[in-house]
Amino acid sequence: MSAATDTLTARDGVSTRLSDTLWRRPKLLLVLLLLPPVLWLGIIYLGSLFALLLQSFFSIDHFSGLINYEFTLRTYAELFTPANFDIIVRTVTMAACTTLASAVIAFPIACYAARFAKGRWRAVFYLGIMMPLWSSYLVKIYAWKLILAKEGILTWALEGLHLNWLLDAYLALPVVGGNSLSVSTTGTFIVFVYVWMPFMILPIQAALERVPVSMLEASGDLGARPGQTFRHVLFPLALPGIVAGSIFTFSLTLGDYIIPQIIGTSRLFIGQAVYQHQGIAGNIPLAAAFAVVPIVIMGVYLYIAKRMGAFDAL
Amino acid sequence: MHSDRASLGLKIAAAAGLLFLHLPILLIFVYAFTTEEKSFQWPPPGLTLKWFAVTWNRPDVWEALGLSVKVASISTVIALILGSLCAAAVSRTRFFGRETISLLVILPIALPGVVTGIALRSAFSIADIPFSTWTIVLGHATFCVVIVYNNAVARFRRTSGSLIEASMDLGANMFQTLRHVILPNIATALVVGGMLAFALSFDEVIVTTFTAGQQQTLPIWMLEELVRPRERPVTNVVAMVVVLVTMLPILGAYYLTRGTEAVAGQGK
Repeated sequence: MSAATDTLTARDGVSTRLSDTLWRRPKLLLVLLLLPPVLWLGIIYLGSLFALLLQSFFSIDHFSGLINYEFTLRTYAELFTPANFDIIVRTVTMAACTTLASAVIAFPIACYAARFAKGRWRAVFYLGIMMPLWSSYLVKIYAWKLILAKEGILTWALEGLHLNWLLDAYLALPVVGGNSLSVSTTGTFIVFVYVWMPFMILPIQAALERVPVSMLEASGDLGARPGQTFRHVLFPLALPGIVAGSIFTFSLTLGDYIIPQIIGTSRLFIGQAVYQHQGIAGNIPLAAAFAVVPIVIMGVYLYIAKRMGAFDAL
Repeated sequence: MHSDRASLGLKIAAAAGLLFLHLPILLIFVYAFTTEEKSFQWPPPGLTLKWFAVTWNRPDVWEALGLSVKVASISTVIALILGSLCAAAVSRTRFFGRETISLLVILPIALPGVVTGIALRSAFSIADIPFSTWTIVLGHATFCVVIVYNNAVARFRRTSGSLIEASMDLGANMFQTLRHVILPNIATALVVGGMLAFALSFDEVIVTTFTAGQQQTLPIWMLEELVRPRERPVTNVVAMVVVLVTMLPILGAYYLTRGTEAVAGQGK
């Protein structure tokens, strides 16, 4: 034993001594482990966020176009002008609708994957959920540009079914309609749901997997119809999972500026407002103030989600 | 509700949901072969392999692909180092501010990408940092850390601490323990985390538009083509190749974690 230790000590004395020091002083080891990631994230990420926050308290001189480096809340007040406030309301509404639709579509998939898929089917479901989740974001949007285009597959299919009058009637509707689906709010909505819905499936599946089968059987034994069991037992137990999933769908929709730019009307969303104000307009303070809006909304959202126990379902 | 058999309604709803997820991606594969050049006409008037050759000879596609691979590789390496260090610290010891560290790691991906993007952009402009490959890497590595961290933390949690103590008791120093005990135990988790981080960085566009300046990664190239289409068939081919390429890390990650799935399910 001592011979073995001796050879080790003899072979790499410096590393052994260093190792002993670290073993005796675990705090030092902890600091050494944490220093690089905390420095990186602290300086690059938090530093940038702070810089952003700082900019939102400056304002822009509308005549010269120069930034006025004096503390003011005027830029935040600008958020509440009708045009800007419209953008915020539109984005939040879209995020809420996307979240709701995602939950409705994701629930059956998650339910089947959690409770009925066995063996090979389990693998099929797992990959069937992971592949679209990880597929290229832009390619997914592009695929919908192909589908929703006037000469595309959707119009072709509806013509084949002699249902194109239905599409025309729908497109004639005021808010949701437009010239074609690819330049309508409905188009934006479909793509949002398509791109962010997969993020909803896994948290719901995790929540459902933890529901004991005996509980559902007990509900049935006590005379509940399947619908009642769902309403009073399964759904309440799955709710933390739904809320956890909604954090992703809501946050991701809130900050997206590429989907509405490619598919949809010319009406802006928060992300587009941020992008345009910092780019073409050069109004960094207003862009920064706009960027603070999703941070605040997500802060409130996360607080509520935490109180509903959603973090245990992540 | 029968506990052993799914109702027909549930089966149909689940199948329809999965079809909704997969059909649009399959459509990309068909369009890559179409002879139609100007519009998105369906059904395709004819099929051809011509556009694969055209795409192959496009230097701008190769340049964008090269930059994307470079950025993703560097970001993955940085994320691997920072993510595993952080995971080791958080899982081995309990200390004050542990929750704050987890939050700090998750924040870049929890906040909308546009916030991260403009935050970095304004920091670069304040600090007078010119755009370069490294500004893109700074952004990508920051949100890739969480992917590695999540995989490593889950694995550390399942690795028994007594293994490490046994190694030390048998006379190995910390570095020998790291090399012969810890690394073999967490290796697959790191490989999976690295592959996913690579896939995430390779595909990222929202933050990149703010940190790239005039440079074009493949997603930026693609975005340009979507906003101002130049040659649609080339876009179709690139889209198909991108789908195929991003599938590889996901399949790899799946096969590497397959055996541990049951254990992972219990942990979370």
